Amino acid sequence: MKSFQVSVSIISDADIVTARQQARELAKTFGFSSSELAVIAAAISELARNIVSYAKKGTIFVKLIQEQGKKGVLIVAEDQGPGIPDLHLAMQDGYSTMNSLGLGLPGVKRLMDTFEIQSTVGQGTAVTAKKWVM
Amino acid sequence: MKVPILKQGNILIATIQSALTDQDLISLKDNLSHQVIQHRSHGVVIDITELDVMDSFSTRTLRNIASILKLRGADTVIVGMQPDVAFAMVQLGLTLPNVKTARDLEEGLTLLK
Repeated sequence: MKSFQVSVSIISDADIVTARQQARELAKTFGFSSSELAVIAAAISELARNIVSYAKKGTIFVKLIQEQGKKGVLIVAEDQGPGIPDLHLAMQDGYSTMNSLGLGLPGVKRLMDTFEIQSTVGQGTAVTAKKWVM
Repeated sequence: MKVPILKQGNILIATIQSALTDQDLISLKDNLSHQVIQHRSHGVVIDITELDVMDSFSTRTLRNIASILKLRGADTVIVGMQPDVAFAMVQLGLTLPNVKTARDLEEGLTLLK
């Protein structure tokens, strides 16, 4: 049976590799170009790394989607970590509380076609992003 | 997957594989830092031909490796970055300032001569 989605638990840095490889394999079946696949892999790598660095554990969920005749991929990165106190600040280039370059979230937003983030302090963070096949 | 390091004359060649974890990159940094002294190497080529993604962590670690090796007396050249990887990196806003790059191993070795 052909699979249309993958879900990867993110607990350690090795899971970052698993998440981006599985997402790449999945997206490949939908006709993404190799440069789009590299973009998807980079976005997932950043999102998964945020989970490992800040929340310690979470999930990366990737699903093939079709909307209004467009094919694409939906990425959801979820955790029950500490949450982000100031989302506006977190979305600024160069900002990071862990001195990790701070390009993570704004960079991911640039890579994807849609990007939404919800975060509640003490409850966790969810990033939802989509990338369409060009 | 551990990154193999080969010695060729006074150059070290590290060949990165695609499934590279953060821990592998940190080990590479430590190993290269020790081996340049152990082998009295004056140059290091890091071949990333097989690498299918670069994110903020790998970019920062490669930049740190080059800076550390410089302080240890060796020049670093990053070779073989795939066009798709470069494309995604630039979109993410990642750069490798002050780090030498070359298209392939041969060119990288020439740069270090």
